[in-house]
Amino acid sequence: MPADTVQQLVEPGQTQMLNQLWELQLQNGFINDNDIKLIAERFDLSTIEVEGVVSFYHFFHRKPTGKYTIYLNNSIVADIKGFNRIKETFERETGAVFGSVDRTGTFGLFLTPCIGLSDQEPSALINFYPFTNLNAIKVKDIIASLRNGATPESICDTPADNIRYTPPGNKSIFFKKFIDGSALANTAKLGAEGVLEELKKTELAGRGGAYYPTWKKWKAAKDQPALPKYIVCNADEGEPGTFKDRVLMSTQANSLIEGMMICGYTIGAEYGIIYLRGEYRWLQHKLEDAISEYRKTGLLGKDCGNIKGFNFDIRIQMGAGSYVCGEETALLESLEGRRGEPRTKWFFPVEKGYLQKPTVINNVETFCAAARILEMGADEYLQMGIPGSPGTKLISVSGDCKLPGIYEIEWGMTVAELLELCEADDPYYIQVSGPSGECISIKEKYRRISMLDLLARKDIRCGGSFMIFNKQRDLVKVLLNFSEFFKSESCGICTPCRAGNFIIQRKLERLDNGLANEKDLEELKSWSTIMKNTSRCGLGKTATNSLIFSMDKFHDYFHSKLDKDFNGLNLKFDMEAATEEYEKYKI
Amino acid sequence: MADMLNITIDGKSIQAEKGKNLMQVAKENGIFIPSLCYYEHIEPPLGTCRVCTCKINGKFGPACTEKISEGLSVEVNSEELKDTRKALVEMMFAEGNHICPACEKSGNCDLQHMGYELGVSSTRFQHLFKDRIIDFKPSRMVMEHNRCIKCLRCVVDVKTDDGKKVFTYQNRGNETYVGIDYDQEVKLTEEQAINAMKICPTGAIIVRGASLAAPFGERKFDMESVQKDYNKKKQTHKSRQPVMGKKIVATVSLAGCFGCHMSLLDIDADLLDVVELVSFDKSPLTDFKEFTSRCHIGIIEGGVCNSENVETLRKFREHCDVLVALGECSVWGGLPSMRNSIPLSECLEEAYLNSATSEPGANIIPYHEDLPKILDRVYACNEIVKIDYYIPGCPPDANHIWKAVKNILWGEEYSILYSEFKYD
Repeated sequence: MPADTVQQLVEPGQTQMLNQLWELQLQNGFINDNDIKLIAERFDLSTIEVEGVVSFYHFFHRKPTGKYTIYLNNSIVADIKGFNRIKETFERETGAVFGSVDRTGTFGLFLTPCIGLSDQEPSALINFYPFTNLNAIKVKDIIASLRNGATPESICDTPADNIRYTPPGNKSIFFKKFIDGSALANTAKLGAEGVLEELKKTELAGRGGAYYPTWKKWKAAKDQPALPKYIVCNADEGEPGTFKDRVLMSTQANSLIEGMMICGYTIGAEYGIIYLRGEYRWLQHKLEDAISEYRKTGLLGKDCGNIKGFNFDIRIQMGAGSYVCGEETALLESLEGRRGEPRTKWFFPVEKGYLQKPTVINNVETFCAAARILEMGADEYLQMGIPGSPGTKLISVSGDCKLPGIYEIEWGMTVAELLELCEADDPYYIQVSGPSGECISIKEKYRRISMLDLLARKDIRCGGSFMIFNKQRDLVKVLLNFSEFFKSESCGICTPCRAGNFIIQRKLERLDNGLANEKDLEELKSWSTIMKNTSRCGLGKTATNSLIFSMDKFHDYFHSKLDKDFNGLNLKFDMEAATEEYEKYKI
Repeated sequence: MADMLNITIDGKSIQAEKGKNLMQVAKENGIFIPSLCYYEHIEPPLGTCRVCTCKINGKFGPACTEKISEGLSVEVNSEELKDTRKALVEMMFAEGNHICPACEKSGNCDLQHMGYELGVSSTRFQHLFKDRIIDFKPSRMVMEHNRCIKCLRCVVDVKTDDGKKVFTYQNRGNETYVGIDYDQEVKLTEEQAINAMKICPTGAIIVRGASLAAPFGERKFDMESVQKDYNKKKQTHKSRQPVMGKKIVATVSLAGCFGCHMSLLDIDADLLDVVELVSFDKSPLTDFKEFTSRCHIGIIEGGVCNSENVETLRKFREHCDVLVALGECSVWGGLPSMRNSIPLSECLEEAYLNSATSEPGANIIPYHEDLPKILDRVYACNEIVKIDYYIPGCPPDANHIWKAVKNILWGEEYSILYSEFKYD
């Protein structure tokens, strides 16, 4: 197979370690001491280094995880859709407690943050096969069937794509039928410079949420003299509430592949890697089928699509459960088989990325959009959207609404229109772009969604998700859920993010328990700002975004949560609680 | 001749060699940028502690990972930045269990030193008291995970002769710790092992038998600051309404050892002034059991470990205009708070039932309604009542105490000498 030959040629060292760990994990349900030693020897590392990698990813375990390993999603959307009841049911039916395996070693129960199925919560993965729209009866049935010998594979759900809306009049950009090779053919006609020109004209910008102009990134990589160069697709869609990339990969894998090829052609790379999050393991075969289809038809491989001298191949790398690996430099570290710790900004990936070679990393949606632009031409693309923000955007809608799913909206649509489309149920606040994004109040529903004006705060620049909450939802509980998420997903390498998220969580708990006063609110704000200013990567910089925004926007709510008896001198101190432990020794 | 670039730091024009990082350039020009993870020999810089955060061309960023470029404009010493750095160091103190008086590295510790340099008298964050282990398994070393600030120095720098890592991060998030490879540790030469202990900016890596080579008082950070103008920094608090007549002071020792009171007596000859200017109300010095009048200042030694402490502290708050937390224990819990990461029952059983000195066959843990009740953990004074001022140290230096008290009573400006600012 051409893929293997290319692979062996260009990927030395530790890069295969993650795959080998995956193999052991899937085969044995855990990675034992012996395996760690073997792997360490194979890659010439000390065992502690291998252990460091294993312990970084939460899908790797050092203890058995049961014949059936169940990961239940504990994101906030799951929470409002009845997570607690499902959790109890799983525990009752399996006899295991979350975080451990039952006595017979059959079922292992674990919690995991958002698995990208927010439109069909509560949901879980069993041996990495998806089970969606869970309710108590369904959970009972699942466990009973597994006990009776059914395999998770045979009884799992096929998650619905839930594409709820595309621009009327057949104007969808992403979800039209894609003719294989069409974008590539146009690419060859235009040449590398032409592609950059088209991307510049359409103002395509990084759809992962950073909105860095794609043409600039590609051009910077193109101008690098070092070879080889790499294309990496960031399919580590970890932001809770976001699932647009899941649907793209499920329905439009071909345009993704071709997007990566166009990038390869433009910058002079021959090799692409899709970094697929571990939670989407069930999508892997779909992508692989699409890739082999492309190989068969000669679109991937040597002289792709009959373009003389353009060789390109793609492989998939599975992630292993780590949100921070969505950060591009952390993703590179992970690709190289190490702990997913973000690098410093000493070099940019386009200068020294994967294996210290020039690398373009883009989100799934960006590559798909690039393929579509080349397929349809910039002029047609520019018909959509608004000036300064042309085209369409995929938004994953979840939470308190009747029609959760994917909405392909034209840039410029207002929040109110989107809420109406999804039949939001008494929306009160909306978390845009996930926990690290912006939190908006229903009072702001006439704001437009566009790429403009990030700083002026007029328009909303959305990374890809809308989580809708109605008035019954307790905002502090939502924020606590986010803060728990960031606390455990922080890579731990820098102080403000590692310690800060922990400290913020403690403070929020105080607020939740009615022990906070005015000063605590001020401190929350000031500490959040310190984290924002000093963290090493986007995780820490944005972890307190929703907190800062919500404190501004829901001022009255936060004040209603304060300790009303605070007299300026004595803080509330619960003596009974504090002496409870000692009271055991009462004779 | 290397390329020279022009940059400005806090408005001062500086010429610097191309290829250097901002940290190096600042140091060469006598500008102090606090940092903990930065280590000259490690390239590229680690960028983990974030203490060297500056404003670089208007954006926040660490100085160590900034390659200088022509026209770079850097702000180092704005009030906001100084406070931010201080907050980061405080975060490390709050996150770990740093008990300087019980630490072998005290006086040679970069973290402690940074605390002095930045004037950290108390942490604004509540201490987290996370339970961590101390790893005694390595043949030559002890890994004190409570003290690790995850700077990454040892991970990157310490390798065996065949190039294998000895230390690596384990887990992630707030569970992150630096794991040590026992097999590789054995292969380190004595020199390499000592080097590992040396590059550790705290007391997390201890080589058995080698940690106390330099006596206290003669250690790296014992006496002098690296900042030229450290002692010129005048501190003053808003002067309060001057009070006529003698000032009334009350003192108490809660969960402390009376060491801070001893230090108070170390004011020496100035004690004669003290007696002229101040009279003591409720205090171990007077042995008054109850307050007899309202006091201007209440000085609290020790943290809060039982129900009686809580009541006493509340009384102090009611009767005193100003409360001063004196010494490590009252500031954040100090030595007694070593028990905070261990369940109370284990502590009591160890103390009364299982220890070498307990009565053979002892089976009673004291409990009587007249006895104060032990709290689930040791609390800092500011967790129970509002504290106005903090004087760190174990014990605080006598001069420091006296200066602070004078300042509070009469608003006198004062500067704390570097050698007076101590946690141990």
